Amino acid sequence: MTEEMIGKSVKRIKALEKVTGNAKFVHDIEIQGMLHAKMKLSPYAHAKIVNIDKTKAESLPGVWAVLTGKELPYKVGLYLVDKDILAVNKVRYQGEPVAAVAAETKEIAEKAIELIEVEYEKLDAVLDVQKAVEEDAPLVHENLAELESAPVFFPKPGTNIAHHTKIRKGDINKGFAKADHIIENEFTLPMVDHTAMETHTSIAQWKPGRKVKIWTSAQSPFAVRDLLANGLNLNHEDIEVIVPYVGGGFGGKAGIHFEPLVTCLSRAADGRPVKIVMSREEEFNSVPVRQGLYSRLKTGVNEDGEIVAQETEFLWDSGANADYGVNVTRAAATAGVGPYEIKNVKLDSKTVYTNKIFGTAYRGFGHLEILWAIERQMDLVAKEIEISPYDIRMKNGLEVGSVTITGEHIGGSHGRVKECLREVAKEIDFENRDSDDLPAGKKRGKGLATLHKAPAMPTNTGTAAFLKFNENGTINLTVSLTDYGQGTYTALAQIVADQLDMPVDKVNVVWENNTETEPYDWQTVASKGLFMSGNAVIKASQDMVQQLKEIASEPLRCSVEDLLIEDEKVKVRHHLDKYISFKELAMGYTYENGNAIGGPLIARGNYIAQGLTNIDPETGQGLPALDWTYGAHGVEVIVDEETGEFEVVKIASAFDVGKAINKENVIGQIQGGVIQGYGSAVMEGYQFSEDGRLLTNTFTDYKVPSIADIPELKPIIVENAQEDGPYGARGVAEHPMLSIPSVIGNAVQDAIGVKIKEMPVIPEKIFELIESKKEE
Amino acid sequence: MKTINFTVNGRNYELDVKDNEILLDMLREKLHFTGAKEGCGEGECGACTVIMDGQAVTSCIILAVEADGSDIETIEGQSVGEEISDIQEAFIEENAIQCGFCTPGMVMSTKALLDRNPDPSDEDIDIALSGNICRCTGYYSIRNAVKRAAEKKGGSQS
Repeated sequence: MTEEMIGKSVKRIKALEKVTGNAKFVHDIEIQGMLHAKMKLSPYAHAKIVNIDKTKAESLPGVWAVLTGKELPYKVGLYLVDKDILAVNKVRYQGEPVAAVAAETKEIAEKAIELIEVEYEKLDAVLDVQKAVEEDAPLVHENLAELESAPVFFPKPGTNIAHHTKIRKGDINKGFAKADHIIENEFTLPMVDHTAMETHTSIAQWKPGRKVKIWTSAQSPFAVRDLLANGLNLNHEDIEVIVPYVGGGFGGKAGIHFEPLVTCLSRAADGRPVKIVMSREEEFNSVPVRQGLYSRLKTGVNEDGEIVAQETEFLWDSGANADYGVNVTRAAATAGVGPYEIKNVKLDSKTVYTNKIFGTAYRGFGHLEILWAIERQMDLVAKEIEISPYDIRMKNGLEVGSVTITGEHIGGSHGRVKECLREVAKEIDFENRDSDDLPAGKKRGKGLATLHKAPAMPTNTGTAAFLKFNENGTINLTVSLTDYGQGTYTALAQIVADQLDMPVDKVNVVWENNTETEPYDWQTVASKGLFMSGNAVIKASQDMVQQLKEIASEPLRCSVEDLLIEDEKVKVRHHLDKYISFKELAMGYTYENGNAIGGPLIARGNYIAQGLTNIDPETGQGLPALDWTYGAHGVEVIVDEETGEFEVVKIASAFDVGKAINKENVIGQIQGGVIQGYGSAVMEGYQFSEDGRLLTNTFTDYKVPSIADIPELKPIIVENAQEDGPYGARGVAEHPMLSIPSVIGNAVQDAIGVKIKEMPVIPEKIFELIESKKEE
Repeated sequence: MKTINFTVNGRNYELDVKDNEILLDMLREKLHFTGAKEGCGEGECGACTVIMDGQAVTSCIILAVEADGSDIETIEGQSVGEEISDIQEAFIEENAIQCGFCTPGMVMSTKALLDRNPDPSDEDIDIALSGNICRCTGYYSIRNAVKRAAEKKGGSQS
C-alpha cells in the first residue's frame, strides 16, 4: 500500500483558488443583462398593510419589475410552510420585506424602493416568549390551522405555539419524591446572528417553459430546488440550482432564503437575470438568526450527586416564522438533559412565535442554547449540594449501558463523554485553582462543561456519490454535499484515495454544485456530511473496485477474487508483478489486437440514515439520532471580584470524533467552533427597542470575536470508533461551539461565586450580581 | 464625474468616476478585480482590504476619487501565474483558510504589516489584523500563517 491516507493532514482542496482571490462566490458572478434587486422593509414589528402604492416606482426609467406580497400568493418553508416571499396583508417583524424591485442598476433599484409608498396600521406586537404563550397574547399567525407542515410537527391554532415536543421518561413525581434536594433555576439567552462573511446572495434567470436557473450562496442545492418547486408549483427537473464557492454558512444558508424572490422578480422582468445581495444591515435585520431561549430547569438530586428527576421547560423565541425553528425545538428536546442518564424526566420544548426576525438553523441546532441551561444548572446543583462539578458529571454521565431520554441504549460504538471530561479536567489542572499567586482582588476560577449532539434530520435522510475515471487514470468524485469551509471534500478525497490506493492529488472532487448533474443530497447541515457522504463514497469506491477487477480479470486470466488493488493498479494476488493499471482500464481495456472490453468507468454509492424513527408525540420515545458526538470543555478564568471584568486564560476542548480522517481540518473545526461559541458567550446578542426595532444591526453594534480577542486553546481529539462511521468517524462541525458559554459561566461562578443565568456573560451583568450578593 | 489616474498591481488606469463612487465598487465592477469582497460596506470587517500607497485600507469606505494618483495593490497582484507569494504559501501551509471569503483581505493586511514590520510580535499581528473578521478559523491558524510568512521572508525564527 502507499502511505497511510486516513488520519493524514492532507492540504485543503481549493486553498490555492481561495488564497489567490480566484475563487468566485455568487457575490462575484455577473450575467449578461443582469438586473439588481432591492427590498423595501417593514419599519414596524407588527402592522397591517393597508395599502401599497407602487405606481411611481414602476414608472421610474430603468425599473423592470416591482412586486408586493399581493402578487405572490405562495408560502415557502422547510418543516412548517409559514413564510411569505413578501409580506401578505400584514408584517410580522421589523425588517420583513414588503416589496421588491428589479432595476438596471443598484442605484435605480434603491431609488425605486424609496418611491414605493406603504400605508400601515400598527398592531400590538409580542416580543417576549413568556408573554407570547399567555392566552390573550396578540397572534403572530392567525392562520396556523391552514399551514402545511411535516407530519411530525403540531402547530396549535389560536396560539403562538408552532410546535410542542414532549419527552417523558420514568415517573417525574416519584423522582422528585425520592430526591434529597430540589433545585430550580431559570436561564435566558438572546437571538444571535451567524454573520457568515459572505452575506446571502442569489441570482435567478427565468426561462421559457416555466424553467429557472439559479446561482445561490446556499448550503443545500437540493433543498433549495425542492422547496422552490413546492413553493412556486414548478417541476423539479425545470429548476437548476448552482452553488459555487460559499462564504461561510453555519446553518444560516441551510433551507431556502431569497431564491423564490429573485425567481419571481426575473419572471416579472421578462426573464432578465436578477441578482440580490444582502447588505450587512439586511443580513442582521431580514435574514434569519439563532433563536432566543428561555429555560426553566427543576432538578431533583440525591446527597451523593445522583440526579433522580429532571423537569424542564424550553420556550424558544422563534420570531415571526418557524419553518426551521420547529425542528430546532424538536432536535434539542431529544438531547434535552445533556449527556447524562436521568431516570425520571419530564421535558416540554415549545417553538413560540414573536414579532421579531425569525429563527433558523445555527451551528449546533439548539444545543448551545439548551446546554447553556443544562450545564449551568449542573454547576448550580453541584454548589448547592457541595459536590465537585467534576464528580457530579462523572456520577451522572452517559456510559455503555445507559438509556437516554428517548429510550436509546448507549452501546460500545458510542463515543465516551467521560473520557472527554477527564481529558479537559487534566489539561486545565482542574483541582488546582487557588488564587494565591494573583494580585489582590483577582480570583482564579475553573469550569467544566460537557456536550453532545446527533444530526437532527428526517428519518429518511439520504445522500449519494458518483465516481468517474478520466482518460489519464485520475478520478472525479461528485457529491452535492457542499463544502463552504468545513473541509469535508478533502476528507472525501482521502477516502477515495485510500479505497482505490491512489495518490490523493489524483482524486478531483468536483467543486461547483449543480442539481442538474450531481447526485442527490438532502442538506449540508447537522454534522452529518462526512458521516453520510463518507459512507456513500466508500460504497462508490467499492463499486469502482469491483468493476476494475471484473474487467481486469479477463486479460489477467483469473477470477475476480484473485485480484487486489494496489498503487493505482489491479494486481494478481499470487503474482504481484502481473497487473493492469487504472489508466489502461479507465476508458475500457484494449487488447493488443485492438479488441476492447469494459467501457468508460462510472461508479455509484449511496447512504440513507439507518433505523431512525419518528418520536412518539406524547412521550418523545423513539430513535431520532443517527450518531452522537460527545465532548467537553475546561476553562480557566481570572475575574476581578469588584468590577466583574474577567479574562479567559485558557480553554481545553475534547471531542470523541471516532476517527479523525484529516487531523488538521478537525483542529480547524475545533478552533473555529470554539471561537464562534466564545462570541456567543461573551459578546454577541440581538437587542431590540421596546417597540421591536433591532438595535444591533451593524458590526459596530454587534461585535464578533477578532484576532485580538482569542484565548489560549488546546484542542484534544479522542478516538473511540463509531462502528458504522466511515473509518469509525463521527461529525464534529457543530460541537466545538456547544457549551462554551456554559463553561465560561461555570468558571466565573467558581472564581467569585456569582450565579450567572443570562447570556452573554459580560462584566456589567457580573457586576450587578456582585452588588446584589453584597446586599444579601 | 472626474477623471482619475492610478495603478492597480503596476498597471496604469485612467477612468471616469462619479464623485460618490466607492473604490471597492470601481475595482470589482469596472475593473473586475473581484478578489476584494464586500462583507459589511462600512469598514468594519476587512474583507475589502487592498493596499493603497503602502497602507492597508478598507476599500468599501474609500471614494474612488481618493485613489487619484495612487498605487493600489490587490490580491490579484500577489501571484504571478503558478507562483504564489510567501504569505499565500504560508496561509495554505498553516490551514489558515476555510470558506475563503475573508482570505484575500487577510493576505493583504498581512502584506501591509510585513512590508513595514518584517518581524512582528503576536501583539503586532493582532493589531494589524484586528480589523479583519474571519468567522471560520478562530484566527489561530491565521496568526501562525503570518508568523510563518515572516519567517519565509527572512524575519527572525522566533
